[in-house]
Amino acid sequence: MILDEVKEVYIKDLMKKGQRADGRGAMDYRPIRVEKNVFSNCEGSAIAYFGDTKVLAGVKIDVAEPFSDRPDEGIFMVNAEFTPAAHPEFEAGPPNEKSIELARVVDRGIRAANSIDVKSLVLPDGKVLGVFVDVYVLDHSGNLTDAAALAAMAALKNTRIPKYEPSAKQGAKGTFVREESAGNLAIKSDVITCSFEKIEGTNILDATDEEEIASDGRLTIAVADGQYMVASQKSGRAGFKQQELMSLFDAAVAKYGELAKYF
Amino acid sequence: MGSSANKPQLIVDGKRISGRGPMDLRNLKITAGVLKKANGSAMIEWGNNRVLAAVYGPREVFPKHTTDPRKALIHARYVMAPFSSAEEHGRSGPNRRSIEISKVAKHVFENNVLVNQFPKTMINIDMEVLQSDGGTRVAAITAASVALVDAGIPVRDLVQGVSIGKVDGMQVADLDKNEDNYGESDMPAIVSLRTGEILLYQMDGKLTRPEVDNALSMIFEGAKKVREKQVEALRAKYETDVAPQE
Repeated sequence: MILDEVKEVYIKDLMKKGQRADGRGAMDYRPIRVEKNVFSNCEGSAIAYFGDTKVLAGVKIDVAEPFSDRPDEGIFMVNAEFTPAAHPEFEAGPPNEKSIELARVVDRGIRAANSIDVKSLVLPDGKVLGVFVDVYVLDHSGNLTDAAALAAMAALKNTRIPKYEPSAKQGAKGTFVREESAGNLAIKSDVITCSFEKIEGTNILDATDEEEIASDGRLTIAVADGQYMVASQKSGRAGFKQQELMSLFDAAVAKYGELAKYF
Repeated sequence: MGSSANKPQLIVDGKRISGRGPMDLRNLKITAGVLKKANGSAMIEWGNNRVLAAVYGPREVFPKHTTDPRKALIHARYVMAPFSSAEEHGRSGPNRRSIEISKVAKHVFENNVLVNQFPKTMINIDMEVLQSDGGTRVAAITAASVALVDAGIPVRDLVQGVSIGKVDGMQVADLDKNEDNYGESDMPAIVSLRTGEILLYQMDGKLTRPEVDNALSMIFEGAKKVREKQVEALRAKYETDVAPQE
């Protein structure tokens, strides 16, 4: 789009002077807010707001058969929908490479940190609980990954497990009494992600959608419990040097508390 | 990052199951120009991995409306064949994992290929995993880099990589399937040794800061060995016995 090119030049010119369009420093967040338990039908939910970006995460708990190679583990899965409501360029249809990437990065962070004790999700009758997180992007003004990760974590930390009644029939799935709670989903480890966009050689945190247009590439780092790298993903054509990557890891660790307080 | 049930002991007396030391790569052989029709191609045999890479282009863009007047588009496709794993029959075509890998592979070559020299064109890079044994994405991209050079497409560097993992607490290079499945971490990366840049970086696991830094150093060390095999492959195809004219 021609407008994109105009914005790109504007953002890059500012960045050469060390400035951002909204006056923030390179490592500053926009105002952040998280609303928890926004819906009652799903077992957990949260909306994360990063400036004008709004990302919703809904958690449903289902009974499932365990995967054949993991009979002693429950199932955890993150999916992402870029709804057409969120941006003029988002189209309805099957997941595309961007929504798949976002979902998988958020999934990897939470999975690798063992946030959810999948072994605790096995039911007495040998069935398992499936924890399904669906990320819904409602308004895309940039930095969807970090907003999605924060919404997902906030939703998971406020997810109730419905009461399960095994079936009398051998081997059949039981049923949930969704109105009755069997306690909250246990979260063993807290995870946030920090995404840095590289514009004119400078890495900035919490980019807006306009800054993302001007960006050469992104590095997302998932940090668990304020110190561990549990997942990471480089996206876009930019390359990162070893030292640069390490300094961004340090920055992500330093920013951990600013996000973790919203769970 | 697999289930702890059935987890084999991966490090015995300081050695890996395969007998390798921490920094030892599996046997690696690359053959350039294995296909007739493709503009460039390469076959990589890395441990038990077998990946074929083919390059077509620069050629006319399809679909046409996506044409970029300033540069060539890179279309990268990484797919695992349904018969490629040691386990059950897989589904044919791309799944969520391979779509993600195709995306980050595309980004590697958007950096690496001199795309501005070929505006209004596209370059297709096809990576077919025929047999998998851990580390297929780095194998595929390493082969694709050779295929691009075989196609005569100008690139900034031969790019290559290796996956660094942590198994039974020890950081090791070039994970095989078992080490990947039952290890504590996996960090596949592709680098350019000429620029010192990391062009593909993914990781999952649980690593401390010194472990991340060490893994990155191991990636660059491993890449040097991989690069030698890429150069060998291209030499084998293009070097002649005829001495250059004085």
